[in-house]
Amino acid sequence: MSSEALVTRFALVGNPNSGKTALFNALTGSRQKVANYPGVTVERKAGTVLTPLGRHAVVLDLPGTYSLRARSPDEAVTRDLVLGQFAGEAAPDIIVCVADATNLRLVLRLALELKQVGRPMILALNMYDIAERQGIRIDLDGLARALGVPIVTTVAVRKRGLDALLREIDTLAADKIAAPSQWNAPTAAEIRQAHRNAEQILKQHVKPALRPDTWTGRLDNVLLHPVAGTAILLTILFLMFQAVFSWATPLMDLIDAGFASAGELVTNYLPAGLLQSFIADGLIAGVGSVLVFLPQILILFFFIILLEDFGYMARAAFLMDRLMGFAGLHGRAFIPLLSSFACAIPGIMSARVIDNKRDRLTTILVAPLTTCSARIPVYTLIISAFIPNRVVWGFASLQGLVMFGLYATGISGALIVAFILRRLLWRSATEPFLIELPAYKMPDPMNVLRGVMMRAQIFLRRAGTTITAMMVLIWFLSSFPAAPAGAEGPAIDYSFAGVLGHFLQPLLAPIGFSWQMTVALIPGLAAREVAIGALGTVYAVSGDAGDGTLASTLSHQWPLASALAFLAWYVFAPQCMSTLAVVRRETNSWTWPVVMFAYMITLAYLAAFIVYHLFSGVVL
Amino acid sequence: MRLSDLTKGDRGTIHGIEPSGHDGLHEIGHAELERRLLEMGFVEGASFEVLHEGLIGRDPMALQIDDMRVALRRKEAQAILVEPHR
Repeated sequence: MSSEALVTRFALVGNPNSGKTALFNALTGSRQKVANYPGVTVERKAGTVLTPLGRHAVVLDLPGTYSLRARSPDEAVTRDLVLGQFAGEAAPDIIVCVADATNLRLVLRLALELKQVGRPMILALNMYDIAERQGIRIDLDGLARALGVPIVTTVAVRKRGLDALLREIDTLAADKIAAPSQWNAPTAAEIRQAHRNAEQILKQHVKPALRPDTWTGRLDNVLLHPVAGTAILLTILFLMFQAVFSWATPLMDLIDAGFASAGELVTNYLPAGLLQSFIADGLIAGVGSVLVFLPQILILFFFIILLEDFGYMARAAFLMDRLMGFAGLHGRAFIPLLSSFACAIPGIMSARVIDNKRDRLTTILVAPLTTCSARIPVYTLIISAFIPNRVVWGFASLQGLVMFGLYATGISGALIVAFILRRLLWRSATEPFLIELPAYKMPDPMNVLRGVMMRAQIFLRRAGTTITAMMVLIWFLSSFPAAPAGAEGPAIDYSFAGVLGHFLQPLLAPIGFSWQMTVALIPGLAAREVAIGALGTVYAVSGDAGDGTLASTLSHQWPLASALAFLAWYVFAPQCMSTLAVVRRETNSWTWPVVMFAYMITLAYLAAFIVYHLFSGVVL
Repeated sequence: MRLSDLTKGDRGTIHGIEPSGHDGLHEIGHAELERRLLEMGFVEGASFEVLHEGLIGRDPMALQIDDMRVALRRKEAQAILVEPHR
């Protein structure tokens, strides 16, 4: 056997919820890599596995689909890859069609469609243990004969049937026969015919469950109940946010402290000067200010993946669809918007679950309006400095109310902007809402963990590249040119950022911003909360919002109207270069980050202007 | 009768897919809507039961169709002709 013959590539194709990714994880373990397909923002998940005959097999986990007729960019990748039409990526040698053994009807139709592609194919009946437990009797030999493909049974989460699957891969890889593709996008009549064929095969070889799953129905009676279900969804969301904010705090403090001491170390051991400033203030502080969100992102994704694997996310989309529909958003936009409360970056990345391009763009464009956690330090600082700690209406804290108001403004802003965008840019009807409600399943801890680790990896890679580059740019603007010898004001005052701040100040004067506030906005473009550090630098006091020094300085220096205008600005302003960089990546165009920047800065200016003039002369 | 006319607890058989002309607001066009509904199992002869309805305007609706569960908006359900079982 030549060495070339010992290499093979196979692709996992199947319906969503077929346990395809669990099978991928079981096969490849930690030998997997996530990247983006070139030119599109679809994740390419590839891994390697050694077959019993010693073949090095590359496994591709392709996006789930019901048909090769692609409806979303994800599904287009599946189609193009399977057909060998994907630039820079050869067609797989073998297709493994992964099926949920308890739910064969739709996947049999997909299998018939995949057969037309002409590649050697294996049907993997996954979750076979559940099918057995339910008493579904599948005549495996008969089914294999009827479909004309070998069949293996697998239980991915228990790593059962993997050897059998890989032996089948060995057998097919030895032959390496691929017929020319006969696939064409099927017409409605062809889909109907394929359904009839699948139905025929199903009737002959599969006997329905003796003990069908009744849990899904019983759970749905509660979880999809119009009132109880909605209340449960809200409770889940509430608990999720509690966890995101309270569990993450100790870890975030740890990361913060870690970066702070790393910065100190550099400050102590490197001579004062450019290099020290670059490493301590530019790199360490800059990267630290983004990495500090890692715990929140991980906790958020832990919940999202857990709920997804359990089968709940489709229910959440069902419950939220009508509400989101008012704003012209799709039920699925719910997940990205939810993620954006931690950070808009994972939110924008998870907008990939939305099939329709316009729906996805609308969701991406409004995601940064939801209150991300980077705004919290800014809100807390300004609120503690300016809003008296007073009880109103007998029970509510005024400070808490202002905080709530800022969140509410962000959410309603997002929904209103989505509504307007749909009408302004895309005066068209909405994408159909048509989703499968999968049977509930106990999530597999290893798969959840692997999913969370993958998110971490993606976030870290992004933080390591795009975001670091932005941080260095901002540091450069805030540090050059250096203050002249014997200068009196803070060094930032003499930098490009300072010059820019002074230059822009007349523009921001109508909304009540002093030059110090304007200057702070520029480093604040790196990450929203960096503005606090910058204000600290500008006023040459401790940047720590906790010890109250900065807060009391601000409360003496800023009129109330300016402080409130600053808050209003922060609700809407595109104060985050990383978000814009991610939008550029996800949309593969400069148009959308520019549109986002333009509309957000306009809204921020208007909101700050209104607030400033409303509160001028008001004393709390 | 159309699927969109039914409420929770109603059962029946799918009779045909026929996006109606006058409601022509489906972004994807009638032919594409028909194919997508077919791909999700809304095929002639399939039996169904309306399981759940949303809070606002009883929309969307969740159905058992053959042995799977699917959710869709009433707007799309309008395209589905059904024969209710009494």
